[in-house]
Amino acid sequence: MPSLGADMERGTIVEWRVKPGDEVRRGDIVAVVETEKSDLEIETFEAGTIERLVVPEGSEVVVGTVLALIHPSEAGGAPSGPSPRATAPELKVASVTGPAAPPGPKAVTPPAATAAEALHLYSPVVRHLAETLGVDLGTMRGTGPGGTITRSDVENAVAAPTGPVGTGAGGRRPLASPRAQRLAREHAIDLGSLLGTGAGGAITGDDVQRATAARQATEPSPPGAASAPSAPPPATAIPAPTAAAGASPAGRRVAGDRQASLRAAVANLMARSKREIPHYYLSATVDLQAATAWAEEQNAGRPVTARLLPAVLLLKATALAAAQVTEMNGYWVNGGFEPHAEVHLGVAVSLRGGGLLAPAIRDADRLGLDELMERLRDVVSRARAGSLRSSEMSDPTITVTNLGDQGVDSVYGVVYPPQVALVGFGRISERPCAVDGLLGVRPLVTATLAADHRASDGHRGARFLSTIDRLLQEPQRL
Amino acid sequence: MTRDDATALLASSLHEIAPEVDLGGVDADAPIQEELDIDSMDFLNLVTAIHTRTGVDIPERDYPRLATVNAFVDYLAAVLA
Repeated sequence: MPSLGADMERGTIVEWRVKPGDEVRRGDIVAVVETEKSDLEIETFEAGTIERLVVPEGSEVVVGTVLALIHPSEAGGAPSGPSPRATAPELKVASVTGPAAPPGPKAVTPPAATAAEALHLYSPVVRHLAETLGVDLGTMRGTGPGGTITRSDVENAVAAPTGPVGTGAGGRRPLASPRAQRLAREHAIDLGSLLGTGAGGAITGDDVQRATAARQATEPSPPGAASAPSAPPPATAIPAPTAAAGASPAGRRVAGDRQASLRAAVANLMARSKREIPHYYLSATVDLQAATAWAEEQNAGRPVTARLLPAVLLLKATALAAAQVTEMNGYWVNGGFEPHAEVHLGVAVSLRGGGLLAPAIRDADRLGLDELMERLRDVVSRARAGSLRSSEMSDPTITVTNLGDQGVDSVYGVVYPPQVALVGFGRISERPCAVDGLLGVRPLVTATLAADHRASDGHRGARFLSTIDRLLQEPQRL
Repeated sequence: MTRDDATALLASSLHEIAPEVDLGGVDADAPIQEELDIDSMDFLNLVTAIHTRTGVDIPERDYPRLATVNAFVDYLAAVLA
């Protein structure tokens, strides 16, 4: 299970897109994983033949768990032994090799699930939370795979010493994944009436499917002929016959739940950032006369389908500047800064109804403006539709947030760990400005930088912003 | 095109971009992006959706004439007359 962002602790396999015997190439989509933020398509980083799917559909596992075994293709060049099973490296599909992996996933990556029981397993995040809340991990029983103690276990130990976990009883908002919420909405199932089987009692998509099947089964005919696809027999769901009647209040509640889950994920990550990253902030006002005039001229001769947004020029200039001022582009990991050779530009996308995702546009510094525009359009629409790929979530080497449409002059961002810089753009607006000794009115934008002081100093940060400014003065070369 | 037809066209195009927005429930004279909670990418997609449905290519210089829902509807009614 890859880490698809520094705040991700676990994920659920919603669907396998491959089966044993299938040939896969690097970058192929092999599965769909549900996280508390979104459903994501998981790519493999290995080429070869799928030997075995280790984690079945519907299972929730912690980051670092082996999902499947891939028999590498001959290109591997490893010395071969008598038994391919024994000698072939058991490669993790989309294994946790990305820099976004949390620092200590090793402890929760048991080679065999049975070995896990002997150990108290929890991530550093969970340990930290337990310390903060004064919970003794030694006395706890984890509900995660292999007895892993999860965040929810710790939170529940504090918040709800009485009462069942994860039920909507007592006015507590039920914990549910985005897929569960979507399905519940579609089938008018009241999440408050379900018992979750996910980690920490969270309601999963399968729980809702079972509830749907159970309801269908009870209505027309006795149970048995339910149409639930691959639903395990133990019905953990209580059918909610009254839920269908009140579609609108149920819908409202569901939307609130989804927002709550996303909110929690954002809260977790941002709190970590502010706890760990010593931010410094810089701002610069950039004259966009040349850039906007050039874009308008370009767009005047283009059909609506090929128009450029001014934001694309800002993104391209940022990506080029990140390639030049390398202290801004990379990751702070294991106590040191690791610059990244490529620029994968994270773009903060606000979701309708609340929440935020920042998927990457890969190699943004090397894309032409038209291609960048196309990629931006694509990634924004897929972020909102919930069909991003795993690498897009874990890849960004630097992130841009653009709040210009909201009318603010400037935005001072919070760096996404383990990245080290976040660039913010406010509104492009006509403001008075001294030009060649005269007062002129020009379209200006305030560019800001929030950066990790461990990785760079203000001097380099200033160079970075001035590079963005300089690049935007020659839009035709972007 | 009548104003009613133009309103229906705007509503159905908007549905692709912001399905939860009810055009009847917003202030039709307020700034459109704010009122519909759409950003400039959404706005471009809205103009693109109208292009796909009608073949009308709204030039960028006409964007100021689409500043509110009412203005947008008036514009469409006139252009598709």
